[in-house]
Amino acid sequence: MADYNAMELMICVAARLLEDGSTAAVGTGAPVAAAVLAQKTHAPNLLIVFEAGGLAPLMPSMPISVGDSRSFYRALMATSMSDIMETCQRGMMDYTFLSGAQIDPYGNLNSTVIGDYAKPKARLPGSGGANDLASFCWRTLVMMLHQRRRYVNKLDFITTPGYLSGPGAREAAGLPGGGGPYRVISDLAVMSFNNESKRMQVENLHPGVSFARVQENTGFEMLAAREVSQTEPPAKEELRILREEIDPFRYIIGR
Amino acid sequence: MSELSCGSGPLFMNPDSEAARAYFRQKNRALTNKLMSVQEAVGRFVKDGDYVASGGFGSNRIATAVLHEILRQKKRNLGFAGHTTTHDFEIVAAGNMHGERLIARLDLAYVIGLEARGLSPHSRRVIESGEVEVCEWTNYALACRFRAAASGIPFIPSYTMLGTDTFRFSAAKEIECPFSHRKLVALPALYPDVGIIHVHEADCYGNCRIRGITVADCDIARASKRVIVSVEHLVSNDEIRSHPESTIIPAFCVDAVCEVPFGSYPGNMPGEYFSDEEHLRLWLEVERDAAEFSRFLKKYIFDTPDFESYLQLCGGMNRIRELRALELLVPQAE
Repeated sequence: MADYNAMELMICVAARLLEDGSTAAVGTGAPVAAAVLAQKTHAPNLLIVFEAGGLAPLMPSMPISVGDSRSFYRALMATSMSDIMETCQRGMMDYTFLSGAQIDPYGNLNSTVIGDYAKPKARLPGSGGANDLASFCWRTLVMMLHQRRRYVNKLDFITTPGYLSGPGAREAAGLPGGGGPYRVISDLAVMSFNNESKRMQVENLHPGVSFARVQENTGFEMLAAREVSQTEPPAKEELRILREEIDPFRYIIGR
Repeated sequence: MSELSCGSGPLFMNPDSEAARAYFRQKNRALTNKLMSVQEAVGRFVKDGDYVASGGFGSNRIATAVLHEILRQKKRNLGFAGHTTTHDFEIVAAGNMHGERLIARLDLAYVIGLEARGLSPHSRRVIESGEVEVCEWTNYALACRFRAAASGIPFIPSYTMLGTDTFRFSAAKEIECPFSHRKLVALPALYPDVGIIHVHEADCYGNCRIRGITVADCDIARASKRVIVSVEHLVSNDEIRSHPESTIIPAFCVDAVCEVPFGSYPGNMPGEYFSDEEHLRLWLEVERDAAEFSRFLKKYIFDTPDFESYLQLCGGMNRIRELRALELLVPQAE
């Protein structure tokens, strides 16, 4: 048996995707854990940004809210929400990390309603800053558990843009060019988006996971990249930092 | 370029800058002492049917005492702006019970959720019941709407919301840029009737300072017709004048200054005290059952005369000391 859980694996995989010297707008929970892990391993110059106004904090512990005092503790700047969002809109934010209740083959996300908008089965919180960040940042990373009811062919509501209806759709809608979903990290695999069709495809399978199992847990036809490789399992040092330095009380990795 | 479209959501407030300029023309500019109780401020400046914007960020630097007083005075049919409103919305949504309706209109970017803490069962019931008219936005869209109003112009363009259902259920419109001919979203100015903001320091005239992130509060204070400020520490005018670069809201925006130490509790106040996660969890728990939530509200809000009494029920200064130690990273005793 592996000596790590699904959340630890997802965080380690996500951390490796963040390049040194880049900027990342993150939310609380797993995304901030991944960003801090990246900083403490291969990306010491990763600039972490919070949408409420915190820019490059040195966090003493995980924030509970993207606007609490940890999100700008010993930061380079404590500014406004519009300053952060405009930094993204003018093209200076490399990554953002999102999640949602549902995702479709084009990486669009729903965090607004389950069921019909007028008579919802369940009302969810809404976009918050997710739509803004996915519209403006260069690369959107999504972390979401792999379940059929989450990976659906058609969303009940497109809260946040992925590739919308496919190739060229973001540009036709007027969104700034060159952005869009980059990777989806689940507990089974890492997915990218096919260059031609802009549909989700498996890039890496996590240790012990077959493509068939990913397909079984996906509500649409999952594609495979030309070469599907196995996800590198978390290294001992990654796990040590994550467990001892980043989340010692297991708030995130204990989920 | 494909055809330009409009969101189908309701536009609750007039974005016209001419009407707003006429209002601001007659607004008091004089340095007058605006110190008053929270009770008086809410009584005088929040009227039934008003549109309210709450500052801070949900559970961080929120004007809890003012929000409680709105609930206590049983204001009715308010509009509300919800950019990541979490515990602040939870408080006002408590006024939608037993057939009463405190919130009637909602510009929504993020409500119901309390970020990592989970969802508010009562807020969810209120929105799902359909008794509140809702318009969808994003956090930045609402920030732009306050910014447009603060700038005295009817809209601000952005690339947000394009191509999504969030746009379709908003009250924004697509426009073509006269220079680049690109498609943009026009976000209509939002002039709230009342802005409610908790700040670190202010003088009796309403010159305000905030430590840390300002979220959208500089714009909310300028966009709102009336502004109620609750303040953690009252300072002298001389102190304000010694560091004018620290003033982020000038007095002429402000109508009421209420001195409320620990006024963001149970929210976080940067540099002062951390959020009371136990108390926030208690709210979420009691909300599961409507009758239990009613009893909770009676005990903590309706049967307490003021915020000080509420603080006492929540553990008073002993609890505040614990939260201050958390905020200031005081090492735990061995």
